[in-house]
Amino acid sequence: MATASGGARFEFASDQSLLVYFDELKETGRVESGLPQGEKSRAQARPLHSQIALQANEKVRKLLRLLEMDPIAGVRNVHPAYCSLLVKFDGLRLRHDEVEAVLRRYVERLEEIKLPEPRLVEIPVCYGGEFGPDLAEVCAIHGMRPARVVELHASAEYLVYFLGFVPGFAYLGELPEALVTPRLAVPRRRVPAGSVGIAGNQTGVYPFATPGGWRLIGRTPVAMFRDERAGFSLLAIGDRVRFAPISAERFGELEKEWA
Amino acid sequence: MGVIQVQEPGLFTTVQDLGREGFGAMGVSASGAADAVSLRLGNRMVGNREGAAGLEMTLLGGTFTFLESALLALTGSDFGAALDGKPVELWSSFEAKAEQTLRLGPTRTGARCYLCVQGGIAVELFLGSASTHILSGLGGHEGRALRKGDALKIGAEGGAIHERRLTARALKELQPRKVLRVTEGPQSDWFPESARRLFYESRYRVAEESNRMGIRLEGAIVPVLSGGEMISEGVSLGAIQVPEGGKPIILFVEQQTTGGYPKIANVISADLHSLGQLRPRDEIRFERVDGETARALLREQEELMASEDLISG
Repeated sequence: MATASGGARFEFASDQSLLVYFDELKETGRVESGLPQGEKSRAQARPLHSQIALQANEKVRKLLRLLEMDPIAGVRNVHPAYCSLLVKFDGLRLRHDEVEAVLRRYVERLEEIKLPEPRLVEIPVCYGGEFGPDLAEVCAIHGMRPARVVELHASAEYLVYFLGFVPGFAYLGELPEALVTPRLAVPRRRVPAGSVGIAGNQTGVYPFATPGGWRLIGRTPVAMFRDERAGFSLLAIGDRVRFAPISAERFGELEKEWA
Repeated sequence: MGVIQVQEPGLFTTVQDLGREGFGAMGVSASGAADAVSLRLGNRMVGNREGAAGLEMTLLGGTFTFLESALLALTGSDFGAALDGKPVELWSSFEAKAEQTLRLGPTRTGARCYLCVQGGIAVELFLGSASTHILSGLGGHEGRALRKGDALKIGAEGGAIHERRLTARALKELQPRKVLRVTEGPQSDWFPESARRLFYESRYRVAEESNRMGIRLEGAIVPVLSGGEMISEGVSLGAIQVPEGGKPIILFVEQQTTGGYPKIANVISADLHSLGQLRPRDEIRFERVDGETARALLREQEELMASEDLISG
C-alpha cells in the first residue's frame, strides 16, 4: 500500500500504526540510500551520503514538530528515526487512510516549519582503560594511536538524529570518516550505563545497562535519562553534541555530583 | 489508606497500569500490563477505572497481607490463590478482611495473573503512568519488581463496594489464543514467498528467555532475502522482527522503540492480550488477516469490553 506524496511514502505497519518514510524508494520496495547504518548492520561500513541523511532527517524533525504543534486527535504516539516516523493511533477512531490524508497535508506544510535553534550539549567522557574496553581494537583497525581516536571523536559536532531503542538513547552522527568502524560481530550481553560507543558512522551513549553491539571507547559520568529532571532525557532530537575528554579523576568527581 | 504487605514477591511481580503512550520521541515505550484485558476487567470488578494500577504476577504468584479490609479481584491465569487457606475464584471480586493473607502459587494455566484492589495501587507516576519500566528502573514501585518486605499503599479512588463477577460469555470470548492473528509487516516483501509460507505453516515454541521486552520464538528458521540493509525505524507493539539468525521475535510491551530488523508480520491489536499469557515452551502459530479484519476484530472486542452485561453483580 506504499504511496508517495511530497517526498513522503506511507506504509501500513500494524492495525493501529503506519510508517511515514522520507527516502528514495527502489522498485523492490527496499530503502536505497547511504544513511547511517541500522541496528542490523555489522558488515563493513559503506560509503555514506550524508546529505540525504540530513535532508530526510530534517523532514522527520519538522513533521514531528508539526505533530506536536497541531496534534491529530486520536494519534497516540510517534516514534521518529533517521528517515521515518512511526505514527501510532487509536484504530477505533481513525482509519489508516484518514491518518494518511492528514499527514499528507502536514507534509505539504513542512517547508514553512522553523525548527528551534539547536542546543549544544557537552558530554564529558573518560576515554579508554576500563571505561573504553574496545579503544585498543579501534586503534588497531585504523592504525591510529589512542590519542588520535580520542582527538577525532571529540573534534566533531554531532547531530541527535533521534532517540530510540531505550529511553534517552540518542543516535548521533556523523563520526569523522576516519573513525567509521564496524560494530562487534557478537554483541555484549551487558554494556555498562554511560558507555560511549561507535558503530558504522554513528556514535552514542548507553543510558542504561543493556545488551549492545557498539564498540566502547569511553564512558560518561553524566546521567543520560533521569525521572526527576525536566525533560527527562539529557538529549533531545535535533540537539548538537560535543564530547569533552576528561581524566579518570575528574570522572570520579563528576560521578559523585551526578549521583 | 490501606497497605499491602509483601510477604513473598513471587517470581516477577510488578506494578502495572495501561502504560504511557506519547513519549516515543524520547525512546520511551508504552510498557503497561502484558495482558491489558485482564487488568481492565479486574479493575472493573472492584469498581476502579479500567486503567488503575494493579499487580502483575508472572508464572509464580506472591503472598500478600492486607492491613485493612480490601475489595480484591484476581484475573488472567489461575495461580491457585487462597485467602487464609480458603481457595478464591478468579474473575470474581472478593473481600479480604484486615490482617488476612492472600497466597498464590505456580500457574496452572497461562503466564500472568493480576491482582486488582479497590482504590488501585498508589505509586508515584512516571511520565503519567504507574507502570514499572524494568530496564530503566523507573515507574511502578521504586522502578523494580517487588521484594519481600515491600509495603504498597492502596489508593483512595474507586466506588462500588458490592461484589461482582465476569459472565461466562465474556470469559469464553476473551480466552487467550494460541493461534495469533497477524497483519503483514512493513518489510514482508523482504522475505521470499517460500519463507512467508514457512512462517505461516509452522508451529513456534516460546523460548525461555522471553520477557516483557520481547517474546523469542524457536522453530522454523525464516530466511531473509540477502543483500538488503535496513535503516532503523520505529517499531509497533506486536511487531514480529526476524534478525539475521532467522528466529522471529515478537516485540512486546516494554519493547525497544526503534529497530533495524525486517518485520514479517504484526500481531493484531485484538490478540495482544493473548501474548501476555504465553509461557515458555507454549506452542503457537500465526494466521494472516487483512487490515480491515483486524480493525473489525478490535472493534468487536472493545464493544464486548464496553458492554454493561459483561460483569454481573
